[in-house]
Amino acid sequence: MEKFIKLDGLVAPLDRANVDTDAIIPKQFLKSIKRSGFGPNAFDEWRYMDQGEPGQDNSKRPKNPNFVLNQARYQGASILLARSNFGCGSSREHAPWALQDFGFRAILAESFADIFYNNCFKNGLLPIVLPKVEMDALFGLTEHSPGYRLTVDLAAQRIVRPDGHAIPFDVDPFRKECLLNGWDDIGLTLRHAEKIREFEARRRAEQPWLFS
Amino acid sequence: MARTLYEKLWDSHVVHVEDDGTALLYIDRHLVHEVTSPQAFEGLKLAGRKLWRVSSIVATADHNTPTSHWEQGITDPVSRQQVETLDANIRETGALAYFPFKDKRQGIVHVVGPENGATLPGMTVVCGDSHTSTHGAFACLAHGIGTSEVEHVMATQCLLQKKSKTLLVRFNGTVGAGVTAKDLVLALIGRIGTAGGTGYAIEFGGSAVRGLSMEGRMTVCNMAIEAGARVGFVAVDDTTIAYLKGRGFAPRGDDWDKAVACWRTLVSDADAKFDAVVDIDAASIVPQVTWGTSPEMVTGIDGSVPAPEDFKDPVKSEGVARALQYMGLTPRMRIDQIAIDKVFIGSCTNSRIEDLRAAAAVAKGRRIAANVKLALVVPGSGLIKEQAEAEGLDKIFVAAGFEWRQPGCSMCLAMNDDRLNPGERCASTSNRNFEGRQGAGGRTHLVSPAMAAAAAIAGHFADVRQLS
Repeated sequence: MEKFIKLDGLVAPLDRANVDTDAIIPKQFLKSIKRSGFGPNAFDEWRYMDQGEPGQDNSKRPKNPNFVLNQARYQGASILLARSNFGCGSSREHAPWALQDFGFRAILAESFADIFYNNCFKNGLLPIVLPKVEMDALFGLTEHSPGYRLTVDLAAQRIVRPDGHAIPFDVDPFRKECLLNGWDDIGLTLRHAEKIREFEARRRAEQPWLFS
Repeated sequence: MARTLYEKLWDSHVVHVEDDGTALLYIDRHLVHEVTSPQAFEGLKLAGRKLWRVSSIVATADHNTPTSHWEQGITDPVSRQQVETLDANIRETGALAYFPFKDKRQGIVHVVGPENGATLPGMTVVCGDSHTSTHGAFACLAHGIGTSEVEHVMATQCLLQKKSKTLLVRFNGTVGAGVTAKDLVLALIGRIGTAGGTGYAIEFGGSAVRGLSMEGRMTVCNMAIEAGARVGFVAVDDTTIAYLKGRGFAPRGDDWDKAVACWRTLVSDADAKFDAVVDIDAASIVPQVTWGTSPEMVTGIDGSVPAPEDFKDPVKSEGVARALQYMGLTPRMRIDQIAIDKVFIGSCTNSRIEDLRAAAAVAKGRRIAANVKLALVVPGSGLIKEQAEAEGLDKIFVAAGFEWRQPGCSMCLAMNDDRLNPGERCASTSNRNFEGRQGAGGRTHLVSPAMAAAAAIAGHFADVRQLS
């Protein structure tokens, strides 16, 4: 997994609540058996005027000029602002894959859906929960200051605005360590292989019906 | 100390705890389907890792499979590749059971697990699908997971988890005639919102839940995720045990008696403390219909569509305005005046035998309305299809103008050819009414199977309680 330590990036706003994973990456693109290449179809139904299908040349499709992420000023953004319950719905990890492939490395929102939140950490994408008052301010600043950037410092657990205002955020210590070091979860867990085997043997002896 | 059912399930699966409370939970059952597993199998292979325990895996192909013309196979090459990739992966690694495309026991993964007795009380169950919460009906800790976690469970038989807070939802009293498990859970989501359960594990209780069949309990737990909760469950009782007896992978003989004794303990202790409790009067719930693009945008069949100005929060108000525009509805419109184009009866929420019986009871001796272009009935599995046919339900549906299809996820998420065209409106027994969920530009209204059948007959939403 790619490490996440500190990010200085352009900010893009997506000012709506309950953005679901069907909107982030529609189902027709889940037929891929790969982990990459989902970026051009992120937010497909909002982003393009025509209907998206796998295998199209996306550069030739008509874009929706009203969709915020299509605006020239937000091209190259790596930090996304969102509202409450971002990533609700399906467990598809294709959603964080698509956002990351699109160019995002951090998502700031009032709240996230559980499974999506968890999936982000497995892919070096940092989801950060901020209070509504901070999010309101960030949405305002981003809209009124073209080229608005933020610094996300995971080690220090704070976001720094260009005006110097620092916003602290919470993150589980274990997840933070994994992101800072780019650690592979599976490798970490397998350090406990002996414990898992002991647990399994005990469980098999006590409740053999769970093992057939 | 008194413990909730969640705490009992959690405690009995902890292998290791990190300093910050992140735990390694042992996983008893891993359900696998074609959409969220190929990258996990590939990752495992690339890292040179082996499957930790083959006998934990139960797999089936469901999301992409067609529901008609099975003699032609899967004609979409991309879908076919995904299904064939699952075939190849399972051939290579093995599984406790695999129900491939066209197998008699193939079906929706969350239907297939329980009906074969592969979902047993006290298990931790995972699947790369958010509706894994369904299995909580059997007092399981059942998590929907992402593909990285699918790979993690394959390689380690464990899931990294932080403990959730506990929420007890009590449906008190008795539901009225024509009101189903689907209506209970939709009413709950309408009340607490789609993020109301975020961070919580929900235990569903109360007399109305105790009165539900296992099929009904699966419907309720299935939609826990639509209330934001990753897991939802119901305590074990006689209904649970009666359902399991004699099923394929359920224990037999001495093991059965030992298992039952063990399962009887899977209830919250009488004086256990929950972090939050929601009480709902089940008798006050009427058949529910969603009107918007989120399951929380729901009201009773006797209600009407709200107006954006009814909501004070500007983000919410704008969300309602956007939803009404997408749905092609006007504020204050009565729900029972909304006309429909298509009907879908199926999905992991409502495709079990009881659901099909409820819909057939409404359809019997009637015809679908002239304005209904397509009414699909998609059983949850081959076994359910067979049972329904033995009961003559297929004939009732066909006589009424419905199409009787092969099992699969079908128009719940429209990965196969079953979908809505832009602007089409559907009465659907599925679980999500998100924009584009059933096809780009499609408009979904979530209802119970009986209400879907009633809408098919009337051509618009109609109160099933007044139909019979």
